Order: sequence, then C-alpha cells, then structure tokens
Amino acid sequence: MNRIVIVGGSAGGLATAEGLRRAGYAGVITLVGQEPHPPYDRPPLSKQILTGQWGPDRLTLRGKEELHSLSLDLRLGVPAIGLDLSGGSVALADGAEVPYDALVIATGVRPRHLPGSEVVPGVHTLRTLDDAVSLKARLLPGRRLVIVGAGFVGAEVAAVATGLGVKVTLLEAGPLPLAQALGEQAGHVLAEIHRGHGVDLRTHAAVAEIVSAGGAVTGVRLADDTVLPADDVLVAIGSVPNTEWLGGSGLSAGDGLVCDEFSAAAPSVYGVGDVARWHNPLFDTAMRIEHRTNAAEQGLAVAHNLLHPQARRPFAPVPYFWSDQYGMKIQAYGHLRDHDEARILESNLAERRLLIAYRTGDRVAGVLAVGMSPKILRAWRALIAARTPWATAITDTTAA
Amino acid sequence: MTVEADKCVAAGQCVLITPEVFDQREEDGLVVLLDETPAPGTYDAVRESAAVCPAAAIHLVES
Repeated sequence: MNRIVIVGGSAGGLATAEGLRRAGYAGVITLVGQEPHPPYDRPPLSKQILTGQWGPDRLTLRGKEELHSLSLDLRLGVPAIGLDLSGGSVALADGAEVPYDALVIATGVRPRHLPGSEVVPGVHTLRTLDDAVSLKARLLPGRRLVIVGAGFVGAEVAAVATGLGVKVTLLEAGPLPLAQALGEQAGHVLAEIHRGHGVDLRTHAAVAEIVSAGGAVTGVRLADDTVLPADDVLVAIGSVPNTEWLGGSGLSAGDGLVCDEFSAAAPSVYGVGDVARWHNPLFDTAMRIEHRTNAAEQGLAVAHNLLHPQARRPFAPVPYFWSDQYGMKIQAYGHLRDHDEARILESNLAERRLLIAYRTGDRVAGVLAVGMSPKILRAWRALIAARTPWATAITDTTAA
Repeated sequence: MTVEADKCVAAGQCVLITPEVFDQREEDGLVVLLDETPAPGTYDAVRESAAVCPAAAIHLVES
C-alpha cells in the first residue's frame, strides 16, 4: 500500500493523516479539502470567533511546519466529485483523477437550508470559517437576529449574540430545545436558561417562509402567519452528510456513509467523522456523530486499521461532546439519543450545576453535566464504557 | 512540551490517555501539565493525546 487518499481536509482527515505518519507509513498521502483553508477547528466558530475573542488565525489546527512535516500531497479548495470504486480512483473538480490503494472518506456535513433562502442576503448558515466571519460582522447591538433551530449551533449563537446586545428570537419546531437528543429534562433546563438571558425562545414554531424585500431578508413568517421581523436570520436546522459525490459508486450512503464496526465502507475504504455512520459495538447500534472529538478518535482508529489489516480493531468509543452556552460548559459522555430514561441527579441552576444520567435498556448509556468536577465525569465515563447496569451505576454514584 | 490553557476546552481526552502527564483543574476542568518533559515510555501516549486534543492545545517539541 503506497497511495492513500483522504477526502476531507478538516479535523478527521488531518487526524487520519497524522495517525498514518506516526505509525510509520511512508507512502503518499493525498489530502483533498473542499475549502481553501488548511485544516482548521470548527467548534470555536460558534463561540470565540463570533464573540470576537479570537481572530481566524487561532483556528489553525497545525502550524505550517507541523503540516509540512506530514509530507502531504495537499489539494485544497478542490472538492471531490466522483469515485471509481472498482478502478480505485477519486475524481476532483479540477479534472484530476487521483488513484489510491486505500481511501478515507471524511467529507463531513453541510448545513441544511430552508428551500429558496440560500441566496437571500442576511440569511446565514454556520459551518465554515467564511460563514462565521460574515455572521460575526452582522452581530451588532440592537440588531434583530432570528435563529431557526434551537440545536447546539442555534443555542450557542443565541448565547453569543445576546451577549453582544443583539435581540435574539430562537425558534424551535418541537416542544423543547434539544429534547430529541438530550431528553425533556435537559430541554426544560435549557429553555429556562435561554429565557433567563432575555432570548425570545418560541417552541412549536413552524417556519412557513423567509420574508425578504429589496434583495435582503426582512423577517421570518411562521405557519400561524406571525411575521417575526429580522435584520438577519440564521438557519440552524441540522446538517446533511456530504455523500453526493459517492453517488453511483456502489457505496451505501443514506444518512451518512454506511460503515461497519471497523469504520470500513468497503475493502480498503473507510469513513471518518461527521459523514460516517458506523456500527459502534459498545452500544451495539449504528451511529453518526457530528462532534469534534469523534472525528479525531475515528481518524486515529482508521489509520490503525488501514496499516494493520490483519489486526483491525473495532471502533467502540464512548462519544463525548461539549457545548458552551452563556458561560456554562455542557458536557456529555455516551449515547444519549434513543434513551429509555433520563434521570436528573442534580439540578441547581443558580449554582450552575446539572447532572442527568441516561438509561437505555438496563444499562447506563450516557451522562450530561454542567459544573461537575472532572473526576466525577471521568467516573461516569468509566461506568458507561464498562456497560454498567443502571441500578449499579445509580447506587455507586449516589452513595458517595 | 507546552499546553495552551486558554485554548483548552476541558474535554479531558489527554487525561484519559496519559494520566501520568496530564491532569484537569478541579474547578473548571482545564488542563494541568504535570510533566513538561515526560519519560520516553509515555511518548506514544503523549503524541496520541496531542493528536486527539479537540482544541489543538498540546504542543510537542521532539528532538
């Protein structure tokens, strides 16, 4: 194996390349990135970049020298447009055909749009550095921002924008923010926090259309005909995996590239990061995770599996994410989605402490925490990794 | 080796991988570097910690 092509120039692609080099792989690594920027970090886009605490230069994941030392055949600003699986080559938008012995697909996701609103000035999505820089320029005191979608991106932007003096209306289609992912209990707490900071959170809000006049957005019309006036609108209604370029290749891609427990989509073809829906044996379920730490962990795991075909390891992580909102750090371990029970073990918003445990079947599957000590969180992580029965986990952690 | 505490996001991945070199502050979970010049036996784990750090806050100087 002497030619590895990694399609995707963000955290997952970079981690894969680094893992390969660290393990001694000396062959060619072609790293293809759709964006013109060298690999950069995305979580700060909805945090420090929007607040203005950081300039874009702080997002660079590796310095020039570090990147140079990886000896990459770097193809930036060039999307991949096709895959010839049997012939073993990737087609790029600039007409190049890049042959490979092994392929890593780390093309990530893109924001879902409201149909017809993509090109209206003042309507934003937030995924790339360019998105964040243009949104940042609009977040001025007294302006009106309507955010469609109260997920992680919507909530983080609401928190930052409110802090900057922007009048924020946050629209959630369901009864509570993030309830599908984190459960009703967490949803109630998050709703209370938004409202406590002056955000106009509207639940059960169905958006009918984006209203514009004179070539710029003027508001959002809801299904009940209410029009919410806006200087800017952020559409934060989730993401779509970038798998279209794999169409007709024979790879299976529904909601993400379908991979097995080794993150393999086909012989010598692997998926990494947001785009990959792989079978996580620790939870015995297929999952696709759009969180930063998973991209790096999966990249390293795939690098190992590429170089050790006779000693591949299943990728069985305890997923982790964090979200910064209103000066609080929300952290979670495990697989919270599809839980059967979410139990509040501690809730003290005045002191900014929250601990919710999640049960799936008869085991502890996840934990969500605010203001907990790292030792407590690591103890929970260990219980989740060990597939600890729910009753044992609750007894062990509440007895101390 | 250096760590940028103001970049750290308190994920604790480094502590899980190399507890003899990294720790977290009790109050906010930010990284604490226990050993600026870790023992050779920890090099692989330290490199992995730097690689998975979600804030790219760990910088290695390898001679």
